[in-house]
Amino acid sequence: MTLKIDHVSREFVSNAGELVTALDNIELVIEDQEFICFLGPSGCGKTTLLRIIAGLDTATSGRVVHDDHEICAPDPKMAMIFQEYSLYPWRNVLENVAFGLELRGIDRDTRIKEAERYLDLVGLEDFSRSFPYELSGGMRQRVAVARALAVDPAVLLMDEPFGALDAQSRNMMQKELLDIWNKTKKTIVFVTHSVDEAVFLADRIVVFTPRPGRIRENIPLNLPRPRERTSAEFASIRRHVLDLIDETSKSGKV
Amino acid sequence: MKKNLKYFLPIIVIFCWEVIAIVVNNEFILPRVESVLAILAEPLKDLFGSGSLLENAYMSIYRVVTGFLLGACVAIPLGILMGRVEWLDDAIDPILQVLRPIPPIAWIPLALAWFKIGFGSILFIIFIGAFFPILVNSIDGVKRVNRTWIETAQIFGASNLQLLIKVIVPAALPTIWTGLRVGFGVAWMSVVAAEMLPGTTSGLGYLIMYAYNFGQIQVIIAGMIVIGLIGLCIDFLLRQVERRKLHWQGMER
Ligand SMILES: Nc1ncnc2c1ncn2[C@@H]1O[C@H](COP(=O)(O)OP(=O)(O)O)[C@@H](O)[C@H]1O
Ligand SMILES: [Mg+2]
Repeated sequence: MTLKIDHVSREFVSNAGELVTALDNIELVIEDQEFICFLGPSGCGKTTLLRIIAGLDTATSGRVVHDDHEICAPDPKMAMIFQEYSLYPWRNVLENVAFGLELRGIDRDTRIKEAERYLDLVGLEDFSRSFPYELSGGMRQRVAVARALAVDPAVLLMDEPFGALDAQSRNMMQKELLDIWNKTKKTIVFVTHSVDEAVFLADRIVVFTPRPGRIRENIPLNLPRPRERTSAEFASIRRHVLDLIDETSKSGKV
Repeated sequence: MKKNLKYFLPIIVIFCWEVIAIVVNNEFILPRVESVLAILAEPLKDLFGSGSLLENAYMSIYRVVTGFLLGACVAIPLGILMGRVEWLDDAIDPILQVLRPIPPIAWIPLALAWFKIGFGSILFIIFIGAFFPILVNSIDGVKRVNRTWIETAQIFGASNLQLLIKVIVPAALPTIWTGLRVGFGVAWMSVVAAEMLPGTTSGLGYLIMYAYNFGQIQVIIAGMIVIGLIGLCIDFLLRQVERRKLHWQGMER
C-alpha cells in the first residue's frame, strides 16, 4: 500500500507567459500508515504536489502510483482537507460528514449512523445540527477530518489544514490529529510551512526548496510520541531543520 | 428623530398631498386622500364595469406568475449550463449582451406581431422581463462557485450529475435567488405596462388606463398603490425564503 511519487515534474505557464517549474523531478516513496510532512516556504510546490497525488492536477511528466494503480483522476482512495472553504456552508455538520457516503449511494440511516460515529471520534457529537458558520475554525477542520475519514480512505492529504487557526487551537488540533491517526492508522500527507508543526507531527519531514520546487532533504524523526516542544531533543531537531531551510533560502538568493 | 424619519415621512407626504388636493380643488387632477381610500376600502366593488380591484389584481398576478415561472424554467437551466460549459458561454454571451439592455416594453410591437393582442403577447413580455436577470445571475452564480467545494466533491468521487445537484446548484442558489427577485420585479413592471395595451380587458394596468379614459384619477392612484403593495409583498416573501433557507449566505469560510 505504498504511495510512489515517480519523477514527477509540473510546469505552469504564468500569466506573463513564462514557464514556471513548480515541481522538478520529485521522487518519493510514502509508506503505509506513515505520517509525512511536506515542509517549505510558500511557492515551492507543496500544494501542487498534493493536488497531483489527489488526482486533481496532472504531472507534466512522471506519475503517482498508489498500490500498483496509477492516479490519473480524482481518486476516492484519497481524501483531501483544505485550509479554507473545507465544508459546505449549506449543510449542517452531520450532513457535511455524511457527504462522501451520500455520493457513494449509502442509504440514509446507515450514513447518518456512520457520520455520527466519526463525529464522535473528533469530539463533536453535540454539534451535529450546527451549521459550519456557527463553529470555530478548529471545529470546522475537525468536521472536515471526520468527513474525510467517513469514506475510509487510504491516504489523508492535508494542505496546511491548521494554517488559519490561532496558536492555541492549532496545538490542540495537532494533538487530536495524532490521536485520530493512532486510532485509524491512515497514511497522512501533511503540508505545512511551520517547522514546529512538522517536528511535532511527522514520522518524516520532506523539506522542499522553491524555484524550481525540489526535495532538499528527507528527515526521518525517531522522536517518541507524545513529543514535548520544550524538550532538548525537539529543540535540536527543530534547529537542524531551520538551518536547512535557512541555507536553502540563502542559496536561493544568490 | 433621524431613525423615526421613515415613519414620519409617509405621514408628511400624505398630509402634503391632502393640502395640495384641497388647494387645487380638482378631482380630475389630484383627488383627495379620502377618495383614494374609499376606492381601496372596497376592493371587491366593480369599478364602472372594468371589474374590481381584486379581480384585476388577481389577473395581473396570475399573468406575472405564469410568465415568470416560464422565464425561470428556461433561464435557470440555461444559466447553469452556460456557467459550466465555457464554449457555450462564449457562443451565447454576445447575443445576450445585445438583447439584455433592450427594455421589455420595447418587445411589445414584436410580441403583438407574433402573438396578437391577448394573453400570449403579455406572457411573452413578462417572460422577457424575467428571463435576463435570472439568466445573468444564474451564469454568474455558477461561475463563482468556490473551486474547493467542487474539488472536495470530485475527490469523493462525485459524478457530474452529483456535482451539479449537490454542489453547484446549492452553492449558486443565493445568486440565482437574487436573479429571481430582480427578475420578478422586472416582470411585475412589465405586466402592468403590457396590460395598458389597447385590446386588453383585465389586469391592474388595464384598470388604471381605463380609469384614465373616464377621468377617474382616484382609481388610477388606488390602482398604482395596489401595484406597489403587491410588488412589495412578493419581494418580502422571496426575502423571507432567502433568510430561512439561505441563512448561510455571506458566512462561507
Ligand atoms: N494553476 C497555476 N497556474 C500557474 N502557476 C501556478 C498554478 N498553481 C501553482 N502555480 C505556481 O507554482 C508554484 C508552486 O505553487 P504551490 O504549489 O501553490 O506552492 P506552495 O503550496 O508550496 O505554496 C508557485 O510559483 C505558483 O505560482
Ligand atoms: Mg500551498
